[in-house]
Amino acid sequence: MSFVTPKIQSLPYSGIRRFFDVANEMTGVISLGVGEPDFLTPWNVREEAIFHLEKRRTVYSSNAGLLPLRREISSFMSRRYNLTYSPEEQVLVTVGGSEAIDLVLRAVIEPGDEVIYHEPCYVSYMPCVTLAGGVPVPVETKEEDCFRLAPETLEAAITPRTKAVILSFPNNPTGAVMSREDLEKIAGVLKDRDILVISDEIYSELAYGREPHVSIANIPEIYGKTLVINGFSKAFAMTGWRLGYACGPADLIAAMTKIHQYAIMCAPTTSQYAGIEALRGCGRAVAEMRLQYDARRRVMRKGFLDMGLSCFEPFGAFYCFPSIKSTGLSTEDFCRRLLFEGKVAVVPGTAFGACGEGFVRCSYAYSIDSIKTALKRIEEFLGKI
Amino acid sequence: MTESGFNEKILTFLEKNSRLTPADLADMLGCPEERVRDAVDDLRRRGVICGFNTLINWDLTERDYVSALIEVKVAPQRGQGFDSIAERVYGFDEVKAVYLMSGGFDLTVIVEGRTIKEVALFVSDKLSPLDSVLSTATHFVLKKYKDHGIIIGSEVHGDERLIVSP
Repeated sequence: MSFVTPKIQSLPYSGIRRFFDVANEMTGVISLGVGEPDFLTPWNVREEAIFHLEKRRTVYSSNAGLLPLRREISSFMSRRYNLTYSPEEQVLVTVGGSEAIDLVLRAVIEPGDEVIYHEPCYVSYMPCVTLAGGVPVPVETKEEDCFRLAPETLEAAITPRTKAVILSFPNNPTGAVMSREDLEKIAGVLKDRDILVISDEIYSELAYGREPHVSIANIPEIYGKTLVINGFSKAFAMTGWRLGYACGPADLIAAMTKIHQYAIMCAPTTSQYAGIEALRGCGRAVAEMRLQYDARRRVMRKGFLDMGLSCFEPFGAFYCFPSIKSTGLSTEDFCRRLLFEGKVAVVPGTAFGACGEGFVRCSYAYSIDSIKTALKRIEEFLGKI
Repeated sequence: MTESGFNEKILTFLEKNSRLTPADLADMLGCPEERVRDAVDDLRRRGVICGFNTLINWDLTERDYVSALIEVKVAPQRGQGFDSIAERVYGFDEVKAVYLMSGGFDLTVIVEGRTIKEVALFVSDKLSPLDSVLSTATHFVLKKYKDHGIIIGSEVHGDERLIVSP
């Protein structure tokens, strides 16, 4: 017999994980498969962490996170995104943005509550909603809409049981962004309803359009019912440090802090000290990384267009999401054959939701040389199928 | 993109990798190759781009190599300031760099040669005897750790990331 509940037994492994197990066994593969920066954490951040280890700062922090870090987060949110949060009551430091997603869902979902999220999307929304006892309600975003969430689509999915909506822009895996105008339309649907907005903005520093990143919390009617989730992984190339945060209404932050207190205690202290330095002293390093990503983004997209694949122009994160429908292959087949025959690892769009069929996610968190080599292999592979 | 913003991006990329071709840069910046070519030509004409060097770690080759940083105190000349003496110094092929400094001395002179003796003779025979040179202090470089923003001789780290991650 198994002690594991049927709910967990039936919870699938992430599609990415399944694919990774295959890819990892192979040699000579060029990967466009990662969801993390290729840049190293800036040295001033690493150096700061070493300093605090030397100073024996290796004990628990307060549950909500070091107050100086929460102050820096508050100041960063204000300076970069024009959002005001009290460091004492409206900021919680978490173990990566992913913990914040889990915490908020556990804090607000009662059995049977529905949570709407737009696909293709990051892999953990559905399982986290399910684990919290909620009902996942995926809605589609489409290439012809530039993978933005359409207000009609959102409205059609709302029922009396809808508890929350998860927005994730800039989006993984599509690279889509939402302008202020787009967000105002979403706000129009939500403003008179008691629905929590969970805005996962982990890629907010990696936006390449003319307009800087806008949060839905910037819209006054929505601010009070929005939880903004962000973190250090993507902006500061700090994935392994596991450091994120959530900002939002004080009662929600307090509730999340309670769960965090019992489940986690506090985010790693060394990472928190490093995070303070990241927010204070990395403006230029982040700008440099953004410049590099932006250049790679153009090179990669042009590569796909040149080989005859349609590819929507991504304005955020570090992914291209080209369509492979013209090959006549299913996404799984395409990725499997590209891996075995072309020796390039890309992630099937279906790993991010059923509507990812016909697309593959290609990360440009690689050097331009690697990207070009991979593009060449993909082109050769296309010639053979 | 404004022209100065465009030029600054070109310079930022070329400063790190001067081998990028106009075609590469055009792809990276999303513009016609011709525009990059014109911009680079203009930057060269105006002396903003002064040259394209290759950074070489001679220690890994058969060739003998030493370099030294020389602190030079000079007497500036009326009407000419330091420029005239600097010109006398930088004319020598052995001299790789000359900077006018604030602080305790006037010129930093970077000299390269095959042997310590060669560099020492350059200082004693060529540099010190110049009329305006009052004194020199020669510091030989023992090891270069980082040069032109590039860490020298560090082990090459592979990509440690998982092949696929969410």
